[in-house]
Amino acid sequence: MDFREEILRSAYETAERIAPSVVEGRATVPLCSWHERLDDIMTSAALGFPIMLVLLAGILWLTIRGANYPSDVLASGFSKLETFLAATLEHARAPGWLGSMLLYGIYRTTAWVVSVMLPPMAIFFPIFTLLENLGYLPRVAFNLDNLFKRVGAHGKQALTMCMGFGCNAAGVVSCRVIDCYRERLMAILTNNFIPCNGRFPLLIILATLFFGETTNVDGPTTNGPIRTAVVNARISPDGASVHSPAVITVAGLIIFGVLVTFFVSWFLARTFLRGVPSGFALEIPPYRLPQIGKILVKSLLDRTLIVLVRAVTIAAPAGAVVWILANTATSEAPGSPSLLSSAAALLEPIGRVLGMDGFILMGFLLGLPANEIVLPITLMGYLSAGTLIKVEGLQTLRLILVKQQGWTWTTALSVMLFSLLHYPCGTTLFTIWKETGSVKWTVLAAVIPLAVACTACFTFNQIVKLFL
Amino acid sequence: MTETAGTNTAGGVTCRPRIVAFAGNPNTGKSTLFNAFTGLRQHTGNWPGKTVTVTRGRFRFRGVNYIAVDLPGTYSLLPNSPEERLAKDFIFSDLYDVVVVVTDATCLERNLALALQILEVTDKVVVCVNLIDEARSKGLRVNTEALSRMLGVPTVATSARDGEGLPALMDAIESVITGRTATRPLKLKYTSEIEGQLRRIAGWLGPTGLVDGKLRGVSVQLLCGECDVLDVLRSSNRIVECLGKLDEGRRIRRECSVNAVSR
Amino acid sequence: MLAIGYYIGGEAMSILPLASLPVGREATVRYVSPDAPSYRRILDLGLVGGTKVKVIRSSPFGDPRAYLVRGAVVALRREDAQAIMVEVTDE
Repeated sequence: MDFREEILRSAYETAERIAPSVVEGRATVPLCSWHERLDDIMTSAALGFPIMLVLLAGILWLTIRGANYPSDVLASGFSKLETFLAATLEHARAPGWLGSMLLYGIYRTTAWVVSVMLPPMAIFFPIFTLLENLGYLPRVAFNLDNLFKRVGAHGKQALTMCMGFGCNAAGVVSCRVIDCYRERLMAILTNNFIPCNGRFPLLIILATLFFGETTNVDGPTTNGPIRTAVVNARISPDGASVHSPAVITVAGLIIFGVLVTFFVSWFLARTFLRGVPSGFALEIPPYRLPQIGKILVKSLLDRTLIVLVRAVTIAAPAGAVVWILANTATSEAPGSPSLLSSAAALLEPIGRVLGMDGFILMGFLLGLPANEIVLPITLMGYLSAGTLIKVEGLQTLRLILVKQQGWTWTTALSVMLFSLLHYPCGTTLFTIWKETGSVKWTVLAAVIPLAVACTACFTFNQIVKLFL
Repeated sequence: MTETAGTNTAGGVTCRPRIVAFAGNPNTGKSTLFNAFTGLRQHTGNWPGKTVTVTRGRFRFRGVNYIAVDLPGTYSLLPNSPEERLAKDFIFSDLYDVVVVVTDATCLERNLALALQILEVTDKVVVCVNLIDEARSKGLRVNTEALSRMLGVPTVATSARDGEGLPALMDAIESVITGRTATRPLKLKYTSEIEGQLRRIAGWLGPTGLVDGKLRGVSVQLLCGECDVLDVLRSSNRIVECLGKLDEGRRIRRECSVNAVSR
Repeated sequence: MLAIGYYIGGEAMSILPLASLPVGREATVRYVSPDAPSYRRILDLGLVGGTKVKVIRSSPFGDPRAYLVRGAVVALRREDAQAIMVEVTDE
């Protein structure tokens, strides 16, 4: 005897009796026809997937294109503020090392994070919230569930992945929507393969710099293949140029991340997380036209600001630590290397195998607290002065990476691949630990991605060496 | 007598803020309604990804302070997930003054099932028929007076997105809290076999001192194998943990009762 | 359960798993097997004995499919729909 069904049946039968007697009108036609027609398109075999891809590309395009201008404005604002701060510190007669650490360690890292992260987030989150409120996301789960089923995962994982675009920690928390523990763990362990807003800027910047505009290949960087060493990537001030190759690169990386998600889920379902697949019972709510104004305000306040505040609170101390590492010599002898560069030298061979270098790996290691500071830390290491460059936009960045450090498109793509795959940030790992309550799963959540990232970068560079 | 922050002064008598819980199916516009009530005076955990954590907010109505609690969306009181469990635990607790059951006017039948289950447990209920504008555009009309008569609790039609019906809803909330409106909630009837089982379980529960809706609600939970309902009753600590600062509401409640005694 | 349906029902095919009901057809739920992977959720969503259910559409891969249940659209995987026995009522 199953009491659960009997109990719920009584509730539903009573509701069945009441509802028709209080609802007047066409109660038998519960769906608007335009909902159905829209769903015919959104979930059709022919158009369902193309629409999803176009929407994804569209959001990314808007984010990438739209973030340029405000980013530059913020950067120049921070630069002006820095001059003022420097004068103030001098006026206050602060000790040299302290002023230097505050200004070049903490301030510049924070300024970097804010000017690079804020604009894309302020564009991405509201658009995402809009789609969420429109009711499109359950359709994505509906369309994709079959693929997830094939690898032994749950269709709602698609929703947690969508959330992961905003923030992996939030994505991990959102895995609670998956009722079955096994499939929830699967979603938690693979959420990292969706690039979050902390990693987007890196992907976007590198894509813009190295795959943005394929015009005017300059001479000095030709230690890689000539056709792709893109030097003249430029954000045109009038904003007229369309960086479609950059968008395609980022979109391609995201699709690769999704494929890795499927692969790792499949792997987990056959190793650590064997079991019977659960069902899939998801309500698909009607489309609702959202209140755009309120959503903009709410998503800015809730999502953008929260993520930004967290990034800054992590970036500021991390900036100080990196500054100390970069400015502490390994021995008393004059001209001896800093802790940072000697650590980087140790990592150099591993970095080379993966198509990168020691400083980049140091950036990834020290960037564990927050992914958004990986690039700033790497730059800090590159500059002999041990301070982060003044934020002056992409031109300066290109100068350092391409002209001084000899990055090629393979370096850039290796860094992007590694960033896409490597391991979740500290906040996310902490969240995973809280959600699973298990050290084992937390460790696996870091080790599996790391193994995948190393394999991918190594394979990519071997292939490049073979064919080019 | 000094007035502490967050307490109410009504007719010279200091009382604690009233706690209003918003429960309902997912996708009923529950969070929109909650936002319409509290505006930006709300406090969430780290991420308001829809209703991942419990959001709390404050509002004032006719000089009285209220704390609003946005419970996770749930389809029934027989939970499937930690979030639904939290919603159920809250309904079974004594931490609220009234539950607003938010229902979708365009899908009333499914939504009423949850409302009926909640009515089984508590009589401090206001039913809110939300998305009434959407229902209208589909050519549906909901007779809230008839619904109110059938359910035995105040029923208000609202459209949270344009603020329609909100004053009436606040009024209904106040009237249930103050007892101005006496509620006589419709109680579910089960098959004679189930009723027999429920009587048997209720007999075991005699020593717990549970009565009325709580007794019946707990019996139903136990019949369905939801044993953890007993933990909730033993102590409300788990809920307090989940709600963090709502504890503040309890503290105020305790202080006020101490005040009342010392006066 | 399937076999019982076939013979007790008298006419062949009048009782069948929900998964076998073609898109666009309506039927009444007769039995939900507790073996359904999402048994509890299915009941929560109002799919209990006596409930009318209509197949609305299928996803691009044919599975899951979307059903109209008590005025709401609910997506179910084949494994779940297989465990729900329905009687065709819309002839």
